[in-house]
Amino acid sequence: MSSEFTVKVNGTPVSVPSGATVAVAVMMAGQSCRISITGEPRGPLCGMGICFECRAIVNGIAHSRTCQVVCAPNMEVRTDE
Amino acid sequence: MNKYSRQRFDVLVVGGGPAGMAAAVSASKSVARVAIVDENPNLGGQIWRGEGSDGSHSTEASSWQSRVRTAGVTLLCGKRVFHQPEDGHLLAEGPDDVIELSYRALVLATGARERFLPFPGWTLPNVTGAGGLQALVKSGLPIHGKRVVLAGTGPLLLAVAAYLRKHGAEIPLICEQTTRTRLLKFGMILLGHPRKIAQSLRLKKDIAGILFVPNSWPLAAHGEKVLEAVTISHGGRSETVECDYLACGFHLVPNVELPALLGCRLRCGYVQVDDFQQTTVEKVFCAGEPVSIGGVDLALVEGQIAGLAATGRTLEAKSLFDQRTKFRRFAHRLDQAFCLRSELRSLSSPDTLVCRCEDVPYSRLREHTGWRSAKVHTRCGMGPCQGRVCGPATQFLFKWNPDSVRPPIFPARVENLAASSLEGQSIPAVTGGLQ
Amino acid sequence: MSKPAYDVAIIGAGIVGAACADVFAERGLRVVVVDRDVVGSGATAAGMGHIVVMDDSDAQFALTNYSQKLWHELRSELPDNVEYEQPGTIWVAADDEEMAEVLRKREYYQKRGVAVSVLDQKQLKEAEPNLRDGLAGGLLVPGDGVLYPPSAARFLMTRAQQRGAKLKLGISVTQIAEQRIRLSDHQEIMAEIIVNASGASAADLTPSIGIKKRKGHLVITDRYPGFLRHQLVELGYLKSAHSVDRDSVAFNVQPRRTGQILIGSSRQYGAEHKEVDQIMLSNMIRRAEEYMPGLGSMSAVRVWTGFRAATPDKLPLIGPCPGYQSLWLATGHEGLGITTSLGTARILVDQVTGARTAISAEPYLPSRAVTECAHV
Repeated sequence: MSSEFTVKVNGTPVSVPSGATVAVAVMMAGQSCRISITGEPRGPLCGMGICFECRAIVNGIAHSRTCQVVCAPNMEVRTDE
Repeated sequence: MNKYSRQRFDVLVVGGGPAGMAAAVSASKSVARVAIVDENPNLGGQIWRGEGSDGSHSTEASSWQSRVRTAGVTLLCGKRVFHQPEDGHLLAEGPDDVIELSYRALVLATGARERFLPFPGWTLPNVTGAGGLQALVKSGLPIHGKRVVLAGTGPLLLAVAAYLRKHGAEIPLICEQTTRTRLLKFGMILLGHPRKIAQSLRLKKDIAGILFVPNSWPLAAHGEKVLEAVTISHGGRSETVECDYLACGFHLVPNVELPALLGCRLRCGYVQVDDFQQTTVEKVFCAGEPVSIGGVDLALVEGQIAGLAATGRTLEAKSLFDQRTKFRRFAHRLDQAFCLRSELRSLSSPDTLVCRCEDVPYSRLREHTGWRSAKVHTRCGMGPCQGRVCGPATQFLFKWNPDSVRPPIFPARVENLAASSLEGQSIPAVTGGLQ
Repeated sequence: MSKPAYDVAIIGAGIVGAACADVFAERGLRVVVVDRDVVGSGATAAGMGHIVVMDDSDAQFALTNYSQKLWHELRSELPDNVEYEQPGTIWVAADDEEMAEVLRKREYYQKRGVAVSVLDQKQLKEAEPNLRDGLAGGLLVPGDGVLYPPSAARFLMTRAQQRGAKLKLGISVTQIAEQRIRLSDHQEIMAEIIVNASGASAADLTPSIGIKKRKGHLVITDRYPGFLRHQLVELGYLKSAHSVDRDSVAFNVQPRRTGQILIGSSRQYGAEHKEVDQIMLSNMIRRAEEYMPGLGSMSAVRVWTGFRAATPDKLPLIGPCPGYQSLWLATGHEGLGITTSLGTARILVDQVTGARTAISAEPYLPSRAVTECAHV
């Protein structure tokens, strides 16, 4: 039922099922979404867009809440800037 | 390019969960232009996230969704309300547009979010909310074969455990902080609610065999860059369990930011409403979790009452009062059975972060006597979550009262803060510099 | 009559009150400070936190320059949470007419020993790549700084307390009398002198002094490190109506150490409520976007308002209050409270103790303001 396609997380291709959110793609890539101001790696906490821990740069847009963004083919996600 | 548009409605419903859908369907019996605005891509809110959209089988969720569709309700999904530029108008933002929404009557069905309590290691990736992990799995996170420890309180833990297990997760244990006595009392409450018994029996089957431990809570999460294990306390002893995810659920907190922004009076942190779900602001109604945390059944009834009352159908609304009373009573007992114990206030060590946006540790917050002082001096609550995580945490830890709300009630693009049909009036740029 | 318990009672624990407490305590006087909220919670918490030299008038220059030097001296003692940075200010000229003003300013500052340099169009773009194309240039003032004001107020207040000053928070002053203030908890404090440093509310207790509230709006974004390097202010006044009594907006942005961007500014007259004014906000943002288009798509985390304490002639009131024997004023700082707090404190304390002030206190004497107000 679900097709798969590729998005890039920090330059590395990750295969995700259709409908998956970018937060999931980052988790599947084994990366953290962001680094906190004291240098801690962080990932999604609330899963529903209110905690802002899942922020990353999606297609050049900083501070995107990745748990609210559905993956699209060839999306570029960066968590390392 | 950021597009600006305006739409007018007879009844505008903010929130597309059970309460919102019920309100919209009820309102559309009488008036033509009804809309639901919700920031998620689909209807269902949190509790019915992803249900019914694939049309696979008939559930309560999909039933309401098709009723919404049949009623011709305008769906504004993927739009997030962030500001009230003037009375009777709301601004909502999408990825590349902003809409100004005006209405004759407004129903706020903004739902609830989870409460997070800090403990050492809680900021590690893969420590999530209970509903949060479920949402992530619904959003495509593979959970098959992963070890998930659930901790916190209430039936939500069991529901999430059942769901995760159905998707192949391995669940070493569920830590429930409440006492055995309270659990037994809760068991007896269920006897008064047949629907609940059926639900819980189904649940029991789904979670059969999972170790369920009352009187227990997380003491610390461990891991280098990601969660590897959790130490839990039970009966005075502690035990460390290896796991891939730790999903914590410490009750729900009502999303009252929009009601507060609109000037609705709050009482004990909930929106004050009359019998017809009307707030203290004329033409503004509120239903579901922001009124009281009460689950789906209560939300559906309150939503219907609000939708009917907003369109003048007071007799029909009244006919639902008894049902509402019944569901409210259950919700109240639920609350009492699972109220948070005081040990949970002492989990943090001095360097445990409480505000995750600004990385403010427990020790710095403890120096302050109230939310305002802490906010101004440590910046706790000034990050993008706008106090949604640290507010309820500090409320429980220190008995602080997170104070008034400012726009935008959700971070929004700078250009959209300027969107408004009040544009006509321009202000001259100043005479010189620093103000 | 028994000797008052304190030498000085200061009303207001904002940056000005805290600075005054610090200097009074340093000189060995017994100080008590009263505030109805927490330290640094009024305009101190609401403003931009800039430390700038201004040339609107010689008196304004003297005070800001004196005070900025004091901040430079204090810098090394400030704790990390004060977040003192020195990004400098660039006064931005949109066209040749405004560039002429840049050259005038340069001459003014250089004559008075303030380091400045003129930036041409290319240099401006290099200094701030995110400004729109086509601007004419600007004046860079590298000595200007920014900090986080509530922490600065707290630092000064704590230092005062270490020298014996007392602090009473959460208590309002309901009445000022000679050598006596009455509090909202029905207590009274006796002091040799009283200092009204209560900012925008100063006129509540001493109506004769003609302080008016001037409302402002600010927006703060999420973190965008590197987008903005200096504080930027427009020189647009040659084109717009010059006014002291009309609502207005101006392009003014500031980088915070956190990488967040503060966007201002606005000025409103006669607005008493603290709710956000959509028209002012919209205009302010649009003005900012004209200079820095990239701001528009940034995530705005918070919008808030604050009230500046404004006097008719844009200079603060520092000195004895006419009509009283024991009341002094340290208020009316408008948008320069953070900058001039340190200078204000010394000028006030020097006057009280009969010491010589480092700069002439004449332009800031309250006696001038009351005379003006008599005609209102």
